[in-house]
Amino acid sequence: MDKILFLAHAEADGTLPKAAYEALTAAKNLARDLKGATLAAGLIGADVAAAANTLTGIERVLGVSGAEFAVSRYASDVAAAATLVEKSAATIVVAPATPRFCRALPGAAARLDGRIETQVTALFAEGDAVVGERWFYRQRMVAKLSRSQRPWFLLTSPGAFEPAPTAPAPTAPASTAPSTTEPSTTEPGKASLEDVAVDLTVAELRTRVTGIEAATTEAQTIRPDAETLLVAGAGWTKKQKDGATHVKDAERLILGFLELARASLGSSKSLVDQSSEGAEVMSFMSHLNQVGQTGSTPRHRKGLATCCHGEEPHVVGWRFISERRAINLDETCGWAQGKADVLYVADAFEVMAKVNELLAADA
Amino acid sequence: MTDGFHIVVCGSLVPDPIQTLEPVLGGDRPALKNEAMLPSVLDPWAGHALYEAAHLAAQTPGSKVWLVSLGPKAQLQQLMMRVAQKVPLELVALDGSASGFTDSFEVAAALAAAIEAIDGLDRSRLLLFGGCASASRDAGVTVQMVGERLGIHDQFFGVDELKVLDDGSIRVLERVEGGRYLASVCEGPPLVAAWATGSLPEPPNSPQVGMQNMRTIMPALAQAKSAPLGGVGTTWWAAEVPQQRRETRVVKDSSADEIAQEIVTWIKG
Repeated sequence: MDKILFLAHAEADGTLPKAAYEALTAAKNLARDLKGATLAAGLIGADVAAAANTLTGIERVLGVSGAEFAVSRYASDVAAAATLVEKSAATIVVAPATPRFCRALPGAAARLDGRIETQVTALFAEGDAVVGERWFYRQRMVAKLSRSQRPWFLLTSPGAFEPAPTAPAPTAPASTAPSTTEPSTTEPGKASLEDVAVDLTVAELRTRVTGIEAATTEAQTIRPDAETLLVAGAGWTKKQKDGATHVKDAERLILGFLELARASLGSSKSLVDQSSEGAEVMSFMSHLNQVGQTGSTPRHRKGLATCCHGEEPHVVGWRFISERRAINLDETCGWAQGKADVLYVADAFEVMAKVNELLAADA
Repeated sequence: MTDGFHIVVCGSLVPDPIQTLEPVLGGDRPALKNEAMLPSVLDPWAGHALYEAAHLAAQTPGSKVWLVSLGPKAQLQQLMMRVAQKVPLELVALDGSASGFTDSFEVAAALAAAIEAIDGLDRSRLLLFGGCASASRDAGVTVQMVGERLGIHDQFFGVDELKVLDDGSIRVLERVEGGRYLASVCEGPPLVAAWATGSLPEPPNSPQVGMQNMRTIMPALAQAKSAPLGGVGTTWWAAEVPQQRRETRVVKDSSADEIAQEIVTWIKG
């Protein structure tokens, strides 16, 4: 009989991130479908009371809190997570694949002689077995697996599960709670929060978090919650019909679209690599924008690729984009054919200028 | 100031990204079709870690770089013919599967044991580097597990910058949500840094560096210990390439105005 622990960390304002409620859905569904399974929650943060108040349908809620646990730091997070797992006697740990947990929970799994999967996209019971699904080889193939070792940590990929409904959280700002589509009364009953003490050694406090910094780009171009992803390829910086490059025009068009459509920006590797190759580059573009084989694989509902060229390995960056369109001068481009729903064979400079005009007129 | 760092980079080979990959089930775990025949490259993020390590070592007198690689010996040898020309390093080779379907726990155990056995490694000066995820298993967990096994409590993930400050402390920038960085300062080594892309380009080939490296690489390959990766306790239910072919509607001979209108309608829909 497995004991499932939903593990999450609170944000600076005491709320849980949206990805945590998505992991909670996965944990609840597994607890429902796995015969004899129990579900507890473990929370980490400066003060987790408000976050605990949003949880329903959980038998036991444990919390590690204090100023040392407010920040994202490996040593304190591993100590807290390992203690919560041991205290709850959890055999299955379901948690969101946030950067904070992606850093710390592999260490916690190792410390507890357990196993771990990250970026889990499906989680279900198959008889008595827990089955996790995740992607391998940079989103080029998908596999389902079970493990007999315990504890088994499964970190859910943000966007792969619907957020769980929450109970009203009177002490938490309403604007930061995740949206809910079902009334919270569907799961009555809350467990009271049990405080769990974790004493950190001096050696575990050698790292001091000094803050969050913007990347060295001129504008905010990465918006994880945006509906649309614009993918810019190296074609934007190549010679155009008049035989000259128009990088400044490209910058203006791309930034204009991002602002008007509230879109996020992805880039092909070839475009971000141009900076290290001495070519003229877009000032706001960095490796953080890179999607694909050696970049990120963001989740957005819509994706518009512009001036991108390449074959399958370069297209993994929009593996998790539901609706895909592309603007390209090459009708046979491997980035678009068979990968996009619609391919516009056109000049992206001309089309995006018109798109921005229409969006601005409608704003 | 420091007397120099002992930088250990964990990194191995992955299939060349331009290759078509197809999983096959059977045996203990899935494998890639024609896996042994696939051309391979240095794992990209591990490569960034290696270049950052070499750069830091060059700036810090008394430093040394080891590359700990787990892979089939013959393929490692091929890989080293290219990697050896990039930066000065000493290879520690482990003979075993480089498959993405191996168990990260077992891989971490093998790597940690190999690091513990490095002759002359000063663990008080250790910087353990690796990629933030491989292009094979793609889980982003192995380096942290190696660090945990070595008892290193200061770990950083998705690192793009690591700077040694005047007082010997180390400032690190890690990628977090929304294209931002988490900035931290660690008192000093030992620490773990799982690198993202960093900021350095791939170094040009240097035949001189290659010749220097090969003096130690060939003996290291010859002495490579076997790393059995049985994957005990894991059951594989499926491994497949997703059905991804879409029926692409090609729109040509339309004006920019017409296309723009269609795109805007779609975006706002």
